[in-house]
Amino acid sequence: MNRQIMVVKDLRTYYKTRLNEHVYAVDGVSLQLKEREILGIAGESGCGKSTLALSLMGFYFPPLNFKSGSIKIDGVDIMKLEYENLRTQVLGKKIAYIPQAAMNALNPTKKIIRFIEDIIKEHNPELSKGQVYKMASKRFESLNLPQRVLTAFPNELSGGMKQRTVIAISTILNPKILIADEPTSALDVTSQKIVIKLLKDLLDKGFVGSIIFITHELPLLRHVADNILIMYAGEIVESGKTNDVIFDPIHPYSKALMGSIIVPEEDMKNRKLVNIPGAPPNLGNIQIGCRFADRCSFVKGECRKQNIEEKVHYDRAFKCIYDFKILKELQINDEQG
Amino acid sequence: MNKDNVLLSGQHIVKIFGYGRSKVWAVNDVDFAFHEREIISFVGESGSGKTTLARIILGLLKSTSGDIRYKGKPRNLKSHGARRQYWKDVQGIFQDPYSSFNQFYRVEKLLLDCIKLQGVKLAEKEKLEKMREACDFINLEYKELRNKYPFELSGGQMQRLMIARIFMLDPKVLIADEPTSMIDACLRSTILKLLLKLRVENNMMIVFITHDLGLAYYVSDTVYIMKEGKIVERGNAKDIIINPKHAYTKQLIKDVPKLSEAWDLS
Repeated sequence: MNRQIMVVKDLRTYYKTRLNEHVYAVDGVSLQLKEREILGIAGESGCGKSTLALSLMGFYFPPLNFKSGSIKIDGVDIMKLEYENLRTQVLGKKIAYIPQAAMNALNPTKKIIRFIEDIIKEHNPELSKGQVYKMASKRFESLNLPQRVLTAFPNELSGGMKQRTVIAISTILNPKILIADEPTSALDVTSQKIVIKLLKDLLDKGFVGSIIFITHELPLLRHVADNILIMYAGEIVESGKTNDVIFDPIHPYSKALMGSIIVPEEDMKNRKLVNIPGAPPNLGNIQIGCRFADRCSFVKGECRKQNIEEKVHYDRAFKCIYDFKILKELQINDEQG
Repeated sequence: MNKDNVLLSGQHIVKIFGYGRSKVWAVNDVDFAFHEREIISFVGESGSGKTTLARIILGLLKSTSGDIRYKGKPRNLKSHGARRQYWKDVQGIFQDPYSSFNQFYRVEKLLLDCIKLQGVKLAEKEKLEKMREACDFINLEYKELRNKYPFELSGGQMQRLMIARIFMLDPKVLIADEPTSMIDACLRSTILKLLLKLRVENNMMIVFITHDLGLAYYVSDTVYIMKEGKIVERGNAKDIIINPKHAYTKQLIKDVPKLSEAWDLS
């Protein structure tokens, strides 16, 4: 078993709104990330996936605030570090982050190589421009990115190429953890494949230690991730090995989520799509009880009376009032909603 | 489907952007024939010209050359009245629900406009009844919606409201340009179910413009594969997805991550 590189315990972070309302977008999340692992996080829009990604960096700016919990990287709790230490020692070196619209993150008036110089200047100021260029071109070569990109302006590159460039730039310091927030959702299938290949290359060549991959596309996670967390309304409702979660989901929400997958496979035409009625709860005003209760087809009275504890069954965990055996038998009705 | 009930067809459609050396052939000699009640998908990667074609079919963009025939006659968009008449029958849903509505109008006004476009005179009560019916169709409450502005709704609600508009307009042809690409998987199944329900209830023909082969396969009867402005392959959805002939189609299908097969990353 590989060593754990990141351990997050009971993390709670919130957005402070104009009306002084506290919206807990990440509410009691615990996770472990092992070395060389790709951890997938899935869930619908607004469930807190992207907030979790931001929170994991330990870098908070308004309206996002930290409430409680710990984020340990190599045994060091980064929430206890000073801001300046966090910026110079953790960001970029230990954790790198690719935002959702990464391709728009490049300043159009600068050549690509300038971005790399900026990063190196902060962390290895003794390197000359020539040395930086050599290092960057070596890295680009080993990732199969063309050399001309280094001297190009961002607007000369296509969307897929920009995305790959941003990934290459943000991993130039060999971070231990790479957080990729929907890196392929704006790309078509061909570019998506190339970006995924790049991420796998980074991991195989040891340029990054582990990857946290956030997406709502489950078929993609099936091929990319080792383990999957399913998020709903700020909580993790199910976690386990990729094959278990995709092919044999336990939590009613995961079951419905898997039922909404569309793939170009022969038997797809005969499948009925599951749709989940209603909308997720308002995170600013969370009621006691299961958060999925209003949309769940197996809901019973007790679901709304108490907060649901996480249950563990071998290497799987889930948050539901029912036991593993009962949940395994339950079938989502195709025609619901 | 026989040849007789062709509803909308196009021959040799060409659209060129730019002049001289920077000419781009966005749509290059495309032929199509859509039948009544058929569901068609145009599939292609970014920049293949599928959205340009959708805009030409909708009459929002003038083609450089080529003829479009609607109900057997050449399409006439010359006068304001003719365009209005055409848009009564041919309507669209777009990719971005956030920019599909006039931000200054409340939902009530947005729905009232649909009744206005149809040109039928209705009493207040009937109008209200119609709007209520449309909101019921998309599983939203008219009372809650009517006084809201579009920006107060979520993305999924907006896309559903878009479908409520289509329900009220009751067009013969619906062009759906990437209607689900900005929403997540659960909402996607809600939207698709609504669209398919519309087809059954209103006898509508739907053209999906998408890059999602799974979606194209799931919903459509006929699939057109587009590449660099040209149609490289067309046919029955099942034939194309299960037995693709053209190398590009094969590549496209190979690139989609599937559930039961391994994904070849090379």
